[in-house]
Amino acid sequence: MTKHALLKTTALALAGAGFLGLAQPAAAQDVGACLITKTDINPFFVKMKEGATAKAEELGISLSTFAGKVDGDHETQVQAVETCIASGAKGILLTASDTKAMVPVVKKARDAGVLVIALDTPLEPIDAADATFATDNFKAGELIGQWAAATLGDAAADAKIAMLDLTPSQPSVDVLRDQGFMTGFGIETGDADRIGDEDDPRIVGHDITNGNEEGGRKAMENLLQRDPDVNVVYTINEPAAAGAYEALQSFGKTEGVLVVSIDGGCPGVQNVKEGIIGATSQQYPLLMASLGIEAIAKFAETGEKPEPTPGLDFFDTGVTLVTDQPVEGVESIGTDEGLERCWG
Amino acid sequence: MSEAGGAARGKQEFEDGLEKGDASVAAFESHEKTVLDRLQHFLHGNPTMVPVIVLLLSIAVFGFVAGGNFFSAFNLSLVMQQVSIIGILAAAQSLVILTAGIDLSVGASMVLVSVIMGNLAVKMGFPAPLAIGVGFVCGMLAGTLNGFLVTRVKLPPFIVTLGTWNIFFALNLWLSGAQSIRSQDIDATAPLLKWFGESIRIGGAQFTYGSILMVLIFAVLWYVLNRTAWGRHVYAVGDDKEAAELSGIRTNRTLVQVYAVAGLVCAIGAWASIGRVGSVSPQSFQEANLQSITAVVIGGISLFGGRGSIVGPLVGALIVGVFNSGLRLAGVDVLWQVFAIGWLTIIAVALDQWIRKVSA
Repeated sequence: MTKHALLKTTALALAGAGFLGLAQPAAAQDVGACLITKTDINPFFVKMKEGATAKAEELGISLSTFAGKVDGDHETQVQAVETCIASGAKGILLTASDTKAMVPVVKKARDAGVLVIALDTPLEPIDAADATFATDNFKAGELIGQWAAATLGDAAADAKIAMLDLTPSQPSVDVLRDQGFMTGFGIETGDADRIGDEDDPRIVGHDITNGNEEGGRKAMENLLQRDPDVNVVYTINEPAAAGAYEALQSFGKTEGVLVVSIDGGCPGVQNVKEGIIGATSQQYPLLMASLGIEAIAKFAETGEKPEPTPGLDFFDTGVTLVTDQPVEGVESIGTDEGLERCWG
Repeated sequence: MSEAGGAARGKQEFEDGLEKGDASVAAFESHEKTVLDRLQHFLHGNPTMVPVIVLLLSIAVFGFVAGGNFFSAFNLSLVMQQVSIIGILAAAQSLVILTAGIDLSVGASMVLVSVIMGNLAVKMGFPAPLAIGVGFVCGMLAGTLNGFLVTRVKLPPFIVTLGTWNIFFALNLWLSGAQSIRSQDIDATAPLLKWFGESIRIGGAQFTYGSILMVLIFAVLWYVLNRTAWGRHVYAVGDDKEAAELSGIRTNRTLVQVYAVAGLVCAIGAWASIGRVGSVSPQSFQEANLQSITAVVIGGISLFGGRGSIVGPLVGALIVGVFNSGLRLAGVDVLWQVFAIGWLTIIAVALDQWIRKVSA
């Protein structure tokens, strides 16, 4: 850990020196930025840190990184924000563990003239941060929904769909992906803020997976028990998809069942390549962080704050469909390209 | 009654009180006054009957409510598959709870061991049997650590295992990088790790080796607890540690052994969990410790130690599985399943208290 930090500092110093060599003087060197993630273990945040570090080196920004001990460790994040304010940083990139409780300390930072950008996870309310750089989770769901419907063709009219969601509390990412998928597939969702209130008979049922393999398998088993003719499986993320595939295998039903997912982690894209998952929507944590650093640099230079994507209340860092069976009308990339851009 | 004597010389005034007295012949007091009392007494003698009755009742009720899908041999064997890992952890948990302790670290130590097995066999290329062996040793060490802290450092089991739960979880994340080892990679390098996922079919039912393993573990523990001196010591320590000590049992040694065996059972569960889940999944089973306690409690083992049959938790785990499966097939929302299990737990403990109060 220490060795790693030391290396990084050295690298930063070298990068800074390089910049000085290019005669872009003190201004850049003075800019400090902070990256605060939920944990520093989850591959998603590891990739985020990688993106931020690389971009900071490139722009000669001195970056400090902080992380909670576990997801949900709110206290450590608050302390990190306070440290950043005290250190005179120009900007903070933040993935908040507790999106509501974070708001007061974020306000303190903004009052002190620090640019606060929420990465991946919007604060509540979303405008508590100066900007939010995140995946459009609704669109991520929509893409795999469109892909599944187009792949089935006419058979989409009497598909049997299993929905493998996240947790009973239905956090926003869960709702957006679930409802996005249905919209993409062409299913009337009912209340767009609620999972499970649609009355389309093609939906066999919703079950929860906790976003891991064990939950994915159990949920798939349960829904197969409800209707053994399931032929489309939506999953909240790729570990859940891997678990669902195990269940399909043990029921002898892997043939003719489409599994779709969201995330674009490397093991997940590998599963797309091997035909376990049909298609996945890939998100880009690295890009969120590097765009964030760029925005801080720009803010330090001109005082200009980043604008949200038109029509949305956040800046969409993009999501791409990864599949080796592209369909007409839905843009996608192959798994080889997906593997190059994957995280984890 | 008093007619005979009274007729001779008339009724004396002081005899009036007699009429109100109890005229029956002296007898032992009967326990069996009402049906409820009789039931209470029966259950006190056979505490395992409570979960067994609940299990049979719930199967019958859900068979009626949720229909044929639920009642099929296949679904009932599926329930067994689904509870197999929690069941195995509940076996480990029961041992500790019988000694009036509690083990919050069972799930975390199991996942940690599965990550160790996966890392050694899949990522580092060691032979699978060696990886599994090392995993077993690590599981026992983890349990021994708990036992050591409880007996030598004299900390309450709740605190000790609360601590080791976090420690094991952190180690798990560190060793795995929070990244799963894919099913397909295990197949390619160390298929033995997934052995417990294989299954045999009997009629419509599908029994995985993992669910058979669960039953075997309970059978072995039943034998050990009821037919060996060590098993009786475990009950004695749980019932009254000081009395056990005074009667010559080396209670601390027994306790450390209990935690070590619990750790080993968790490690066996770790191997089985790779078969069940298909992959080595560091994010799975995060609430397994609480679920195992739920199974133990519903199974009628007293949290105060020394009372209850090891068969109970197996039945308890199955009850939870039957409830989840039945409610799901009946189309009940997930949150109401959680709600139902919550009440089930409370009712189980209340029932246990009521049975304990039987007039001896």
